[in-house]
Amino acid sequence: MELTIGAVVRGGTSLGYKTGSWRDERPVLDMEKCKVCGQCESVCPDSAVHVVEEAYVIDYDYCKGCGLCAYECPADAITMIKEEK
Amino acid sequence: MSVIKVLEGSEAVALAVKASRPQVISAYPISPQTHIVESLAKMAADGDLDAQYVRVESEFSAASVISGASAAGSRSYTASSSQGLLLMTEIIYASVGMRLPFVITGVNRQISAPISIQVDHQDTISLRDSGIMQFYVENIQEAYDTHIAAFKIAEEANILLPVMVCMDGWILTHSYEQVSLLEQEAVDGFLPPFQPADFLTTDDPKTWGSYAEENMLMEFKYSVQQAMEYGKGRIKEIFSELSAITGRDHGGLIEAYRTEGADFVLVAMGSVAGTVKEAVDRLREAGKKVGLVRIRCYRPFPHEDIWEAVKGAKVVGVMDANFSFGSEGAVSMDLKAKLCGKPGAPVVLDFITGLGGREVNMDGVADLVETMEKASNEGNPVMEPQWIGLDPTILPRGSQS
Repeated sequence: MELTIGAVVRGGTSLGYKTGSWRDERPVLDMEKCKVCGQCESVCPDSAVHVVEEAYVIDYDYCKGCGLCAYECPADAITMIKEEK
Repeated sequence: MSVIKVLEGSEAVALAVKASRPQVISAYPISPQTHIVESLAKMAADGDLDAQYVRVESEFSAASVISGASAAGSRSYTASSSQGLLLMTEIIYASVGMRLPFVITGVNRQISAPISIQVDHQDTISLRDSGIMQFYVENIQEAYDTHIAAFKIAEEANILLPVMVCMDGWILTHSYEQVSLLEQEAVDGFLPPFQPADFLTTDDPKTWGSYAEENMLMEFKYSVQQAMEYGKGRIKEIFSELSAITGRDHGGLIEAYRTEGADFVLVAMGSVAGTVKEAVDRLREAGKKVGLVRIRCYRPFPHEDIWEAVKGAKVVGVMDANFSFGSEGAVSMDLKAKLCGKPGAPVVLDFITGLGGREVNMDGVADLVETMEKASNEGNPVMEPQWIGLDPTILPRGSQS
């Protein structure tokens, strides 16, 4: 490993650093209940909720499991479940 | 060629900064630093200084602006005092880690409370562990010269650390002295443009001070210490290079004044050294073997050079214009730590002097030397810090006696 003076690094390092591994609870979205309002996308502090083909999809590579989306969802469409191996 | 003018200390510093061609200046006013940045603001507004002058709402922001500007590859500068410097502290630590070589004038002033605007070194000493390099100057000419050297030292590729030039508030910032100013051409020859290997640009986005986990944090911190140690030699060379242009020699990391054959050596920083030198001359005339070590560079701490100057002495008396509550003065602590275990090392006494602007005069210096003589003769020196000039009759009610 080569360190740089001032810890200067090129941008884009998060592409290779999947912070989703920090998660201990996983948000699961029930598409039946989802009203596609976009609240989850707007509150996600990690920008880990994306719109894919007119539906909301959670990016588990970067979701840290904070649960804000589940707390804010007006349709109660998101449930937090324990991550287990 | 140089021009000699009678200048207020703040104006001289502003001219030194101007001659160093800073690209970004950001500051928030606080006494006794204000005249420096006021002067620079006027130069920028009048078009005499080609720099961006960024007005901000706090010292935290001022430090943040010059930190960011430095990362973007600009030579950057600010000045502050007292609690203003404390408010910059977080940014100074971060800038050290990001290796951003800006220059700050630390105009020394006591820290509240009780509120006081008078000089002592508590404010800048509080930053001693941050990794910023610190110089302390004795007079206005030295303040002028040291600022020009400071940019070069900071930007040295193997140093890359912020540098603080510390000067005593009021005594140096608001008094007038004859100052010899360098021609712009001479400064340009000495100080090339700042061209860092890495700088912020949208063409090639980078992050400064990126996340370091437990497997690498110590290595980053150690590299700052390496830069400090490397700096000791390089600082002396840069001072010599500047001396060759100015014809003035203020000393290296320290100035050893009449320490040859001295039994008793005082150690001091800043403008008080002028008084101490005069007192040393008088005591020498009276046959006393007395000298002074004036620390010019406090971080990195030049213990090797101090040792060379004091190794034959019986007693060293440190005049600390600061205090670490629950322990003692910072300079004394540094020196005792470095002398500890050296064979034949002199006894080190810690004199707490001049807090909040309390006068230190020549009779007072002679008294310190007398205390040092007694410590040597009686062989049972007081190792606890001695608060010089303390009036026990006016201690606040309820103080422990």
